[in-house]
Amino acid sequence: MDALTADYLHKVIAERLEANLVQVQDMSGGCGLAFAVIIVSPIFQGKNKLMRHRLVNNALKQEMNSIHAFTQKVFTPEEWELQKVNYEN
Amino acid sequence: MFRATLSRSSLIRPFASTVRPANVAFARFISDDTKHAIETAIASAKVVLFMKGTPESPQCGFSRATIQTLGAQGVDPAKFAAYNVLEDEELRQGIKEYSSWPTIPQLYVDNEFIGGCDIITSMNQSGELTELLEQSEALVDFEAEETEPEAPKAAENIKPAKRS
Repeated sequence: MDALTADYLHKVIAERLEANLVQVQDMSGGCGLAFAVIIVSPIFQGKNKLMRHRLVNNALKQEMNSIHAFTQKVFTPEEWELQKVNYEN
Repeated sequence: MFRATLSRSSLIRPFASTVRPANVAFARFISDDTKHAIETAIASAKVVLFMKGTPESPQCGFSRATIQTLGAQGVDPAKFAAYNVLEDEELRQGIKEYSSWPTIPQLYVDNEFIGGCDIITSMNQSGELTELLEQSEALVDFEAEETEPEAPKAAENIKPAKRS
C-alpha cells in the first residue's frame, strides 16, 4: 500500500463518518505515518469520547494499520460552533 | 516520579491449560492465557497504563504526554502501575485486541478502559480526569504528604483527593 496522504484521509473520513468538516494535518513530514485530524460530524451526537473515538478507529481500521501516530479531535456540529474559535490559526 | 512497576517479563507467562481451544480458526485472537494475564495486569492497581517505555523513560511522545498528565494530576505512585508493551510482543498485540483499541498508550482506572492519549488529554483539559481520579481515590493526599519534593511543580493542577 502506498503511503497515505492527507488528501486521501480527508476523503475517506468525510465519506465514512458523514463529516461536515474535516481537517487533516500531516505531521510526518511526508512519509504518511503521522496525522492529526479534526472531525465534525452529527454522528457523534449523544456519544461519549470513548464511543466517538471507537467510531473513528473502526471507520479507519485499514488505514490505522499503516499509520504510526494518529491524533483525533472530534466534535458534533453544535460543539464545533462553540469550540472552533480555539482552532483557528 | 513513578516507580517502574510490574513491567516484569513474566507478565505473560504460559499457564498449564486444561482446555484446548476447540476451533483453530480462532487462533488469531488472543489466547486465554494472554487474556488472563492482561486482566490480572489491569486489576493490579487502581490506575494502570499500558505504554511504550517506562514512566522514567517513555519511548513515544504519546506515552510521554500521558505519563506527564497523570503526574500533573497527582496520581499516587502506590496506586499506579505501568506496563511496557515494548518488552512483550504478546502484550503489545494482546492489549489492542482486548480493548478493541488500536493504539498505545491505554489507560485503565478501576478495571475500566478510559482511553488513549487524545482522550486523556481532552479529559485533563475539561476537568473530567481530575473528577475520575478523585472518585477513584487514586490521587496523592497532599495535605497528608507535605514533604513530597515534586509536589509544588504541578500544584495548580492538583486537587487533593478527598478522604474525610
